[in-house]
Amino acid sequence: MGLLSDPNRRRALISLLTRLNTPICIVCYMAGVAWFMGLAFEPFTLRTYMSENAMGSTMVEERFPAGERALATGREFSAHKKRTGGMPVEWLMKTMQAKGLEVFTQRFSRTLPFPDENKERYMVRGTNVYGILRAPRAPRTEALVLSAPCSPGDNNNQAVGLLLGLAEYFRNQIYWAKDIIFLVNEHDLIGMQAWLEGYHHTNTTGTFCHSRGGSIQAALSLELSSDIITSLDLVLEGLNGQLPNLDLANLFYAFCQKIGVLCTIQGKLQRNDWDSVSGYSHAVQTMMLMVMKQASGRPWGDHGLFLRYHIEAATIKGVNSFRQYKTDATTIGRLLEGMYRKLNNLLERLHQSYFFYLMPSLSHFVSIGYYMPAFGLLAVILLLRALDLWVQLSTPPQRTEDGVTDIEPVRGVLSLLTPLVISHLTGVALYMLPIRFQEMAVEHFPVSETEAVVLTAIAVYTAGLALPHNTHRLLSGEGTEQGWRVLKLVAVLYLAVLLGCTALINFSLGFILALTLVPVAAFVTPHVPKVLSAFILVILSPACTLLFSVFFFQELQEMPISFQDGWLLFLSVISQGILDHSLYGSLVYPLITLLVYPCWLLFWNILFWN
Amino acid sequence: MAAPLTLLLLVAVTVRAALFRSSLSELISERVEVVSPLTAWKRVIEGLALLDLGVSPYSGDVFHETPLTIYLFHFLVDYAEVTFMVSVAGSSVVVTYLILFQFRKQKFALEADRYPLDCLELIRSPKEMYYIPLKVAMFYLLNPFTILSCVAKSTCGLNNAIIALFILSTIKGNVLLSAIFLSLATYQSIYPLTLCAPALLYLMQRQYIPVNFRRASFWWFIVQYAFMYLGSLFVIICLSFFLLGSWDYLPSVYGFILSVPDLTPNIGLFWYFFAEMFEHFRLFFLCVFQINVFFYTIPLSIKLKEHPVFLIFMQLAVISIFKSYPTVGDISLYMAFLPVWSHLHRFLRNIFLVSCVLLACSALFPVLWHLWIYAGSANSNFYYAITLLFNVAQILLVSDYFYAFLRREHHLTYGLYLKRKDGSEATLVLK
Repeated sequence: MGLLSDPNRRRALISLLTRLNTPICIVCYMAGVAWFMGLAFEPFTLRTYMSENAMGSTMVEERFPAGERALATGREFSAHKKRTGGMPVEWLMKTMQAKGLEVFTQRFSRTLPFPDENKERYMVRGTNVYGILRAPRAPRTEALVLSAPCSPGDNNNQAVGLLLGLAEYFRNQIYWAKDIIFLVNEHDLIGMQAWLEGYHHTNTTGTFCHSRGGSIQAALSLELSSDIITSLDLVLEGLNGQLPNLDLANLFYAFCQKIGVLCTIQGKLQRNDWDSVSGYSHAVQTMMLMVMKQASGRPWGDHGLFLRYHIEAATIKGVNSFRQYKTDATTIGRLLEGMYRKLNNLLERLHQSYFFYLMPSLSHFVSIGYYMPAFGLLAVILLLRALDLWVQLSTPPQRTEDGVTDIEPVRGVLSLLTPLVISHLTGVALYMLPIRFQEMAVEHFPVSETEAVVLTAIAVYTAGLALPHNTHRLLSGEGTEQGWRVLKLVAVLYLAVLLGCTALINFSLGFILALTLVPVAAFVTPHVPKVLSAFILVILSPACTLLFSVFFFQELQEMPISFQDGWLLFLSVISQGILDHSLYGSLVYPLITLLVYPCWLLFWNILFWN
Repeated sequence: MAAPLTLLLLVAVTVRAALFRSSLSELISERVEVVSPLTAWKRVIEGLALLDLGVSPYSGDVFHETPLTIYLFHFLVDYAEVTFMVSVAGSSVVVTYLILFQFRKQKFALEADRYPLDCLELIRSPKEMYYIPLKVAMFYLLNPFTILSCVAKSTCGLNNAIIALFILSTIKGNVLLSAIFLSLATYQSIYPLTLCAPALLYLMQRQYIPVNFRRASFWWFIVQYAFMYLGSLFVIICLSFFLLGSWDYLPSVYGFILSVPDLTPNIGLFWYFFAEMFEHFRLFFLCVFQINVFFYTIPLSIKLKEHPVFLIFMQLAVISIFKSYPTVGDISLYMAFLPVWSHLHRFLRNIFLVSCVLLACSALFPVLWHLWIYAGSANSNFYYAITLLFNVAQILLVSDYFYAFLRREHHLTYGLYLKRKDGSEATLVLK
């Protein structure tokens, strides 16, 4: 406690921190970014390893033989799907019953707040079909889920076929200690949500599930669109950037190695040349893709909603590219069989391994202890600036005899409260208005509902910039030096707490926001050149961050797009964000509108203080 | 003074009424930071239901409030929201009034003669003091912690009101009322027992009785006070017995407070330690942890013998940090006193650090709770780390105020600008 009580050393430290504030901040920012980029460098990462004992040492043998038959079932399913023009419920029930499962259906209907133009749906009505294979060897207290979506068109027929084939094969095995639920869900995530809510009796949209298995321990969602695939892709990112336990990824990787299937994450193959520039940039690319996907806060596969119920889940996607290496359905079936047998051996929920991680490749990961310092270095800048402001505010000991000090605080509080209240009200408007006003906008302007929502959001966002922010002048006459310092102190601390909380829940989102907002928070004062700073402030505002992220994401996926397309994509991303919030309860949209944007407005306010 | 205070009360009541009506109130009343097993409204309702059925409310392990509280709510259950608002508003008015009273008698001119000349700036001008009661009321009424606690209908608000009444009656010099309210507060949650030391010191100071162990008048006063205190405690306890017809409530209330069987996470220090501990160490550490609350009374009363009001503040803080089931409501009570010590601000050293940590921790509590309980990705260690940090910050805050208080006293006697023997500026170092 020497530092806290020795006045001389304290004074020295504080004067050092205030004198060298700007250089230290710049160094911290650089160090933060460098640290983050270093995370993808293979020697700095850890190799993945299986932590769960129950899945590690026990060997299983995979014997699934019936790949071809599964594909034939898939073709039959496709024919029936075409005939009914949707989910062939009757046929599925009959087939599952024939395979010896207990079959149930669940109906659901949902009206979206506005039409989803990407998937062309508004009033959604559908049916989930699921069959339960009761565990022969244990009381039915636990379950595993294998799901395949019933998608429109020719997609995913093979996945359903393989699911049915596996069901038939699993039925004849005697070693199952957990119920296995085979689920075919319609309307991807909407159906999945209805099913999960029905299963856990937290219903809002669908009917209750009539019959349940045990509590679900793990789930895999299968997406397969061709008879022969070249590689399997693992998707981990779930709702709000939540990730399944790393052991699930380890399990997948271990079986891919064992059976000899090419496996990818973010569509990127593993490379061995980590010491070359291209190898490193490959790893960075993979990690950045994961960061961008996690930051978006949306579920990137049908597994995404399971995570909310403490169920470890992932999506496995079959990819058919032009590689030489081919894998047939039997091999994928064997892989899944192996994974389910290992999951079957679990004695408790997957909890041994990490929940907070980033993956620069499937065999390496970065844990929370390694990536948090990158964020910490950025957050420290905010604290240093706050300290600097605090020292500036407290150094002139203006203790006048009487009179003056009495009225100051009241005014100070008022001039502080007004911008806070105004910017938060703008945030609330940004959150509420787009959906509320869509009908009115459609009446008066030639736009569709979706466009109306997005354009209203952008309009409110821009209007927020134009609001008369310097209301404090009406109240207290002139914007004082003291005034903006106090406001900035509050805003900086607010941002620090906000980003800290965000980074804990969703590291990627917190880090991306910190990258753009921290410089803003650090440099803005009323005394910097107005036009240039205003431009920088707008460039680094949350909406522009989103726009850049869209382009950057396309660039990372090696699908660069023109500005025109990028803008359209940006608009659709906004509408998707709003939809994700109202359908699945994704938190990114309210976070940005209700907290981050008002916080940014405070800095905008400081810039135009005088 | 009355007009701004009324305005403040109106604002505070409006905020609470709005929150009571909103959907947030249900969420807030479930938060472990806001309600403890002792003070949860849900449990009071359960106790009332049992009472109505003719079963002892203490059967089962749900209800742990005192019998008088449950009989109070037996009549007031339909007006619970109003009761809580009244209790909060009442205690704030009481505290305001007592601060007003406390300062009116401090004559600025009288004090000024006694101290060295350069210390004039350490002494508060009447104008500065004029706003302090209002600030105190604001700190209590608009403190988010108080609002949360009130909206959750935590019975902690009632306890705070009783303690506020006790402080008021003590400062007004009414020995009997002081003893009665102290016994009521003790009856509610044991720990306020430690407040008897500052009360005695204050009352003796008022009646010009020297604190001297050899004087008979000193002992006579203590015996008097103890008699009144124990007498009223006896009456209250017997009253509870006659109301309920059994002694069930003693183990269920006081045993529950002292032996800490409920390890639901809260913002205190107990739950994690006792959840991790081997059973055979439990009694020992229970004693260690509980003695913590009571033990500081002795050194603090020796050091602050001349300043009982500051001692009350310190005791309240110590209780709210070290008690077995603390909630944010307890914290808000001692935080209301902070503006009273605004003259110490120039001597505070860590206030920036501490307020940042307190702010960050308050925001992180719900976040880590979410990660632990709902997302399942974090675990109890995360939450406890924040609890620990929160309490360390509180301890730093209190010790900082303590240090600043002592330092001001030191300057008042030795002059503000200390010189070394060689004439250079001296610094005070705490070792």
